[in-house]
Amino acid sequence: MSRSAAIELGGVAAPPPEPATAGRLRRDLRVIADMIEPAARVLDIGCGDGALLGYLVSEKGADARGVELSQSGVNACVGRGLSVIQGDADRDLDAYPLGAFDVVVLSQTLQATRNPRRVLETLVRIGDRAIVSFPNFGYWRVRLGLLAHGRMPVTPLLDHQWYDSPNIHLCTIRDFVALCSEMGIRIEKSVTLDRYGNPYALDPRGSLANLLAEQGVFVLSRGNA
Amino acid sequence: MASAISPRTLKRPDADWPGYRLTVGDPLRLDCGIDFGPFTIAYQTYGRLNADRSNAILICHALTGDQYVADPHPITGHPGWWLTMAGPGLVLDTDRYFLICANVLGGCMGTTGPKDVNPETGKPWALSFPVISIHDMVRAQKRLVEHLGIDQLFCVIGGSMGGMQVLQWAASYPEAVFSAIPVAAAARHSAQNIAFHEVGRQAIMADPDWCEGQYLDHGRVPARGLAVARMAAHITYLSEAALHRKFGRNLQDRKEVTWGFDADFQVESYLRHQGSTFVDRFDANSYLYITRAMDYFDLAAEHGGSLPAAFAGASSRFCIISFTSDWLFPTSESRELVHALNAVAANVSFVEIETDKGHDAFLLHEPELFATLRGFLNGCAEHRGLGRA
Repeated sequence: MSRSAAIELGGVAAPPPEPATAGRLRRDLRVIADMIEPAARVLDIGCGDGALLGYLVSEKGADARGVELSQSGVNACVGRGLSVIQGDADRDLDAYPLGAFDVVVLSQTLQATRNPRRVLETLVRIGDRAIVSFPNFGYWRVRLGLLAHGRMPVTPLLDHQWYDSPNIHLCTIRDFVALCSEMGIRIEKSVTLDRYGNPYALDPRGSLANLLAEQGVFVLSRGNA
Repeated sequence: MASAISPRTLKRPDADWPGYRLTVGDPLRLDCGIDFGPFTIAYQTYGRLNADRSNAILICHALTGDQYVADPHPITGHPGWWLTMAGPGLVLDTDRYFLICANVLGGCMGTTGPKDVNPETGKPWALSFPVISIHDMVRAQKRLVEHLGIDQLFCVIGGSMGGMQVLQWAASYPEAVFSAIPVAAAARHSAQNIAFHEVGRQAIMADPDWCEGQYLDHGRVPARGLAVARMAAHITYLSEAALHRKFGRNLQDRKEVTWGFDADFQVESYLRHQGSTFVDRFDANSYLYITRAMDYFDLAAEHGGSLPAAFAGASSRFCIISFTSDWLFPTSESRELVHALNAVAANVSFVEIETDKGHDAFLLHEPELFATLRGFLNGCAEHRGLGRA
């Protein structure tokens, strides 16, 4: 119970992560998968053990590739027949040409990149659409934790202590929307999810979503600019 | 040093050696501009070609390798060089795939090389043998694959120089390569690697027994030069960590140093042994020619300096492998390949294997390597309609 000393913000423990099998996908990944057309050319950046990739290949007949930083993740993916390269979003995306993929997915990774603005720029360049999901730092439990306890928040989605967290560029949903607007990136669709990964029926750009949603999922495309 | 390597005579290829020979009558247009032929390709196969001829895997051997992937070496009797990888139930599963490995052009294990007799002069080619390239080696292999009636190889795989050949195959004959696995390779030979090769070549040419390349006419073998070349090269195949783990500063069969130039240290004794056994099985002029072919290798240069252009028509599925401790073909070289393949949206996987065994890791027991390649090949087999494992 090393976490007990930290501030456990969820009053109720989050449901245990579901095993990633072809038919059964973590709910937030399922939300992403449902946004992808069958047989699409997909690049999943930060694909982990390949749960989403495997699902897209087997259930949607996608031509799906992945990029993953951890050696164990890459080996697991390639070992199960998925096309994955070892690399990271900051360094290994530049070579892809404009529109190389129908869809580029960046799930729960943007906040861990060194240069999120540049990464976003690259995503909408190499993909006709980019699906980006990230933890909402405006989530009320995060705000409350900081306000009430004065300690850096630790939540199921942000489950590291401040000193060992890979999450170096956190943002709120409102921050994200503002950046997209500044960069001329078109938001085609957006969904906010509660802490069980279920979608909220809220305007994702409104203040309420910024307060209630634990994460946001955005479908982006190159603007007209 | 002089006492370490004794003079010897070179054993010639024997008609009784296992494997097959193909005589190619139609000359090859080499990169150096010469039409070369007829010539012989010595090769070995394992497993069975299926009725569709769709399960063939071409294995490309490294600088000092040969076609005896899974057979004892006919001269040394040592076990096949890729027994960790090729055999029934292994990654290159001979129950499932038809494996082909040919001795490279310029080699000394049966394929025509500088120690063979030039039919026009009746004497060994020696330095009159044309300078060959990696592409020339691959052109020769292409003739063999056509002779075997195979339109598309299921996979082309190789480590080090073998990986260079894999890349050349994928770039030059994309339609003939369903999947490509370059291991511990690069799209060009680096300045450092050319430098090491030059040390080796100079060692051979400085040996008086080399006789300006004409040693066969004089019944001599530049054994000392070739052994030194091998010793220097062998260091580059390992890593500091691996050498330290294996030998440290341990002394060889003695309790203290002898204050002389005997092989006091185990690492010296090991290297001398490596050099000494190498000269029994390898031809010095072949070493010159094949190292030169590697030096000249630069896939981008063939395509106006653009590596992505080299792979513009690539349709193969790639699996690129590097090793963390390989300083001869470091991960950065593999990453450059990955980026070039990304630029043409090729289907590519890339895995860097964590190991302290250096460049030679591809020849050794590396469970992560086996698991990765097994998964990659199984995925490819499904796509190729070869069924699930």
